[in-house]
Amino acid sequence: MREDELYREIILEHASHPHHHGTVAAPTHSTEGRNPVCGDEIALSWSEVAGRVQEIAFDGTGCSISQASASILCDSIIGLSIPEALAQARAFRAMLVEGSDIGDDMSDMAALKGVQAYPARVKCALLAWNLLAESLEKEEHSHD
Amino acid sequence: MTAPASATTPFDVTEIRKDFPILNDASRTRPLSYLDSAATSQKPAVVLKAMQDYYIHANANVHRGVHELGDAATSRFEHARHRVARFLNADPRGLIFVRNTTEALNLVATGIARQGGLMSSDRVVLSVLEHHSNIVPWQLERSTHGFAIEAIPLLPDGSLDMAAARKLLAPPTKILSITYQSNVLGIVTPLRELIDMAHEAGILVAVDGAQRVPHARVDLKELNCDFFAMSGHKLYGPMGSGVLWGKPELLSSMSPFLGGGSMIDTVTFERTTWAELPQKFEAGTPDVAAAVGLAAACDYIDSLSYEAMENYESSLMQHLVQMLDSLPFIEVYGPEDRTQIVGAVSFNVQGVHAHDVGTICDRHGVAIRVGHHCCQPLMRHLGVPATARASVAVYVTHDDIDALQEALEDVAAIFARVIAPYSPATPEHRHA
Repeated sequence: MREDELYREIILEHASHPHHHGTVAAPTHSTEGRNPVCGDEIALSWSEVAGRVQEIAFDGTGCSISQASASILCDSIIGLSIPEALAQARAFRAMLVEGSDIGDDMSDMAALKGVQAYPARVKCALLAWNLLAESLEKEEHSHD
Repeated sequence: MTAPASATTPFDVTEIRKDFPILNDASRTRPLSYLDSAATSQKPAVVLKAMQDYYIHANANVHRGVHELGDAATSRFEHARHRVARFLNADPRGLIFVRNTTEALNLVATGIARQGGLMSSDRVVLSVLEHHSNIVPWQLERSTHGFAIEAIPLLPDGSLDMAAARKLLAPPTKILSITYQSNVLGIVTPLRELIDMAHEAGILVAVDGAQRVPHARVDLKELNCDFFAMSGHKLYGPMGSGVLWGKPELLSSMSPFLGGGSMIDTVTFERTTWAELPQKFEAGTPDVAAAVGLAAACDYIDSLSYEAMENYESSLMQHLVQMLDSLPFIEVYGPEDRTQIVGAVSFNVQGVHAHDVGTICDRHGVAIRVGHHCCQPLMRHLGVPATARASVAVYVTHDDIDALQEALEDVAAIFARVIAPYSPATPEHRHA
């Protein structure tokens, strides 16, 4: 059977067995948000050590896309420097909003590209990433 | 208008579907099973034609000027008012055209509170079934006038706790504002009983009738509520058409809702006096075409007859709920006595978020509503963040319900392997 363009195995796997679920022990940053229209909720927390994301975790409720996307975010961001993490969040957003390619087609992030064909669901996939980007951008400005 | 013969002949859905252009749209490339009429109904050609006729033959501003088209527009607008009033068996002087039920309920809350009808020692009673449009307008007024708001609680199956209602319908309650039919559960509230209880205690009753009028004849003289809010767009009428009906003596003593043109008697910078009903509540240029379209929708429904509609829709609902109950992975919300579920039914696929259900249904060409349905307090009562909702209308077929079943079986197939152990019945799993 041809793989479902939206509900790919990798997405369903992240949704049912999310990685980095919960909260980090000693967060330096935390943020939370929701999609008022559909009620998806995500809380992100991470610890920044020497300019890198050392630990990151998410908690929340919502559809498979919002929860899988948050799980994939944590996998993709852990260990990155702050500018790298922000670049990653922006690349993910560009993939869903503008349809641009993300570097590695085989990555879990790229598995969410199918969401682009479902305009009503793009906001589900972006929820966690927007929260991260807003928080990092705020921090960037505060260092200006 | 459809031949009145259909009132006595069996309900012919194939013929009825021909009345709705969107169901016969040749430019569509995908099938369409529209099970979202509780959000808004589709519109028959007679409604579209009435609106276009108005624009082609009679468009001008109403209640102003002395020219021929102005008279024609005013006459069509006032004819529409009388037509809709007759449809509801209501006094036309109390029939105010608004955009939708939300605006109608805002008008009631604002008009009463601003005139001094709600003080800090008073109470407004709602119910846990309410749509946000019957909660938020009262909260907005509470922030200025400081009265209390209480909600009639529900029994586990979603029906009103009438013992609790009886206690709340007593001093210091001034207003009961309540739905006639739940947009989520399809439950019809025992309005006659509630209205009698309220009136015995001197309490005014406002009714959110948005979900009731599309499914059953409403007779406002018999119901004897004080205010009745409804949307035309759920009743086969155009977007932007809605009605607030109120007892004229109450509306006369209330403050206007919006200020502006049309609603005044005389204006000076010191003081302004109000126009007579119903103009007092119709500030600015009204949507005449929407009113004309709504009147045409009333003609259309009468041509089908409510009795025939109700019989047909109840056969659809029986099929729909039985189908949902027959699928082991579906949870249906609402009374055990399934005949009490009217017009719309809410459900979830166990372990799968309603948005995923909605997306997969859409891929099958089945349009359902998913989310909190503007009823977050009711979602909390049900203990779920969201539900899927299927609703019926005169043009829905039994094949549409079969299409929904196929789509739901696909949801279960896609999510079966990975989601089954992740059921909402064991939320702690998520946090393990």
